[in-house]
Amino acid sequence: MALPLFPAVAALGASFGVLARTAHVGAVEAVVMSATTFAGSSQVAAISVLGAGGSVAAAVVAALLLNARYVPIGISVAQGFRGRILTRLAEAQLVVDESWALSGGGTPRFDKPMLLGVGAMLWIGWVGGTAVGSVAGQAIGDTSAFGLDGAFAALFLALLATQVRGRSRIQVAVAGAAIAAILIPLTPAGVPIIAATAAVAAGWRRA
Amino acid sequence: MSAGWVTVAAVGVGTVLLKAVGPVGVAGRQLPPAAERVLELVAPAILAALVVTETFASGRHLVADARLAGVGAGLVCVLLRAPFWVVVLCGALATAAVRALQ
Repeated sequence: MALPLFPAVAALGASFGVLARTAHVGAVEAVVMSATTFAGSSQVAAISVLGAGGSVAAAVVAALLLNARYVPIGISVAQGFRGRILTRLAEAQLVVDESWALSGGGTPRFDKPMLLGVGAMLWIGWVGGTAVGSVAGQAIGDTSAFGLDGAFAALFLALLATQVRGRSRIQVAVAGAAIAAILIPLTPAGVPIIAATAAVAAGWRRA
Repeated sequence: MSAGWVTVAAVGVGTVLLKAVGPVGVAGRQLPPAAERVLELVAPAILAALVVTETFASGRHLVADARLAGVGAGLVCVLLRAPFWVVVLCGALATAAVRALQ
């Protein structure tokens, strides 16, 4: 069920590669970043800051704020991780929003093999797409015309729909959305998502 | 080292560590039942926030652009109980169509 995400992620990876090229970041840097960071929005944020003439510190802070959500996301699936520390460290890198949500992360039906399978598939698409985009550059055109940003927003909505069963979860989702909307104009990107985890308080008493 | 490489290295190391906190730091431990119930509520909170940011955020501005059409199409698919791939496809097509008309 996650297979159709492969072309979408590969195209997003290509658009990141094109962005890196326009920001005068080399193809090797872009591919290494996709392979190690493997978190699209943070990579786009960091390279955009550099491309706009911002400092390295500003680029790094922007990216790490966006990725701070992987602390609560990682803790929500931590129960499923056993074995050697290096194995867990490697497997943890396959946790991204889509692999986490599609595998039921944070729910009793969490499916770790699915998390790793979807994560590995997305990694191949993301890194491969980045390589193509950063080498081919503008030749592949403007990928925003494909509407992938709207597609991923729709996917997160569909994944949310699988989560909102029962009154307390609906209250948490509404509160989380409200916190994010209020904070978008007030805080750097990434902070609204982290702050939204405070919404668990809205459903806590009834949980 | 170039600014690009320093950024790639710092973001890479930082993200690897952020992703490792749960699976490496907390892994395998039996959490208290109260903590488990809180963690079950983290997913709807974060997914709802992702829907809002991915739909309406443009930097620090809230905007209603072509992405809203994609999410609207996705909502119709969700209400019709369509599989995920149909949601993604309809979301992309609706966003692309509105963007092309603008």
